[in-house]
Amino acid sequence: MRQSIKTILLLALTSFNTALQAQDDLLGLLGEDKPKKEYIKAAFKSSRVINAHSMEFINPGTMDFRILHRFGNIDQGLKNFFGLDQASMRMGFDFGLRPNLMAGIGRSTFKKEVDAFIKYAPLRQSKGPGSFPVTVAFVGAVTVDGLPWADPTRQNYFTSRMAYYFSAIIGRKFNDAFTLQVTPTVVHKNLVQLQTDPNDIIGIGVGGRLKLNKRMAFTWDYTHVLDGLPTGYYNPLSVGLDIETGGHVFQLHVSNATGMNERAFITETTGQWGKGEIRMGFNLSRMFQLKKKKA
Amino acid sequence: MNKFITLSLLLIGICSSAFAQKYFTKNGSISFDATAPGSPENITADNRTVQCVIDGATGNMQFKASMKAFTFERALMQEHFNENYVESDKFPDAKFAGSISNMSAIAMDKDGSYPATVKGKLTLHGETRDVETTGKVTVAKGKVTATANFSVLLSDYKVNVPSLVSDKVSKTAKINVSCGLEPLK
Repeated sequence: MRQSIKTILLLALTSFNTALQAQDDLLGLLGEDKPKKEYIKAAFKSSRVINAHSMEFINPGTMDFRILHRFGNIDQGLKNFFGLDQASMRMGFDFGLRPNLMAGIGRSTFKKEVDAFIKYAPLRQSKGPGSFPVTVAFVGAVTVDGLPWADPTRQNYFTSRMAYYFSAIIGRKFNDAFTLQVTPTVVHKNLVQLQTDPNDIIGIGVGGRLKLNKRMAFTWDYTHVLDGLPTGYYNPLSVGLDIETGGHVFQLHVSNATGMNERAFITETTGQWGKGEIRMGFNLSRMFQLKKKKA
Repeated sequence: MNKFITLSLLLIGICSSAFAQKYFTKNGSISFDATAPGSPENITADNRTVQCVIDGATGNMQFKASMKAFTFERALMQEHFNENYVESDKFPDAKFAGSISNMSAIAMDKDGSYPATVKGKLTLHGETRDVETTGKVTVAKGKVTATANFSVLLSDYKVNVPSLVSDKVSKTAKINVSCGLEPLK
């Protein structure tokens, strides 16, 4: 009899104990959360590093209205207010179609050029089960020169105005602060200035950002042209500061490049950093939500 | 001696019945509104994957909401919410652990609407603060629904609102909790 009482007491105590423990961790009763695959976001504040496309995509259902300005050379001094008297601009609209697909169109005052691109990432950096360490994205674009024909006596076709560029972006957000990407790009021009100029120019871009605080980041964007850059043209290097304020991103920078699409800044940069032929510029990005999210 | 056995059995009985009286959900809803007065944009979001367990015997309750599961009307707002405001990578969940202090007045097995006084600790953005509010427990045809509204001061949880957006984002967030609960087996 004594034995059975002891057993019952023990049983009662243990069940009471488990009940107490369960009260301490009620959520534990629901079981562990399954880890989910999660895509890395906000590798860059904007879909461009400065000039070059970044590994970042704008959200689906949003439109990014971008106004880009490049001023004159700083070395012109007070006469031209350090270049601010002259401005070259590009106005563009980018559309987020899918989390890994976006497209955009823009027009630059430089060469009255219209450009359109599509950017797609077959692989995106992610964490959790089935994660992938980098984002791989491709950009394809076409540009159309809008200037009067340089040589009207030549048999000119519409395609003579056109050029194309293709970029592959391989990028990784290493941590909250640091992102780095490498961007091999090939630019093809249907018509070039001189017979000796190549139609294809290949460059390798290196872009990155270092976040300074929650709303500011230091960025750099350099493209090294491997072969075929005619004399008088130089590799574009830009360094800048991204400032994010709610729906806007301001990208302030100094650069030796004036062009605001890959064809223009990779193949037609005439400034030299060494000679102080650099200019101020800014990209202004305003995000609009076109499609309301389903609640 | 017989008395002792009965008592022990009763004790076991109480314990196991306490087990049966737990209620839970994995798709509760928490929404918040941090819109500043006169703001042109609504700063609102909701999360419909909130986990909640309430112990019907003791009134103890726990909530967990994954911060990344809060969806906003504007995708960019959601990105900024996670990246700059609540820092979801560092602090993935908001948690509440507390109890209904007047649990004895709430009959979970009887239809009715019962006011509930809730006290506990809310952990958000890595900061834990005491929260006290009144909510409601509604029992209808065996379905238990728990709702509550309360406000939190964002600065209490070290969620910074830069002055540049202070005309849009309020200093306080009104929080709305609604959970349809099922008995936990």
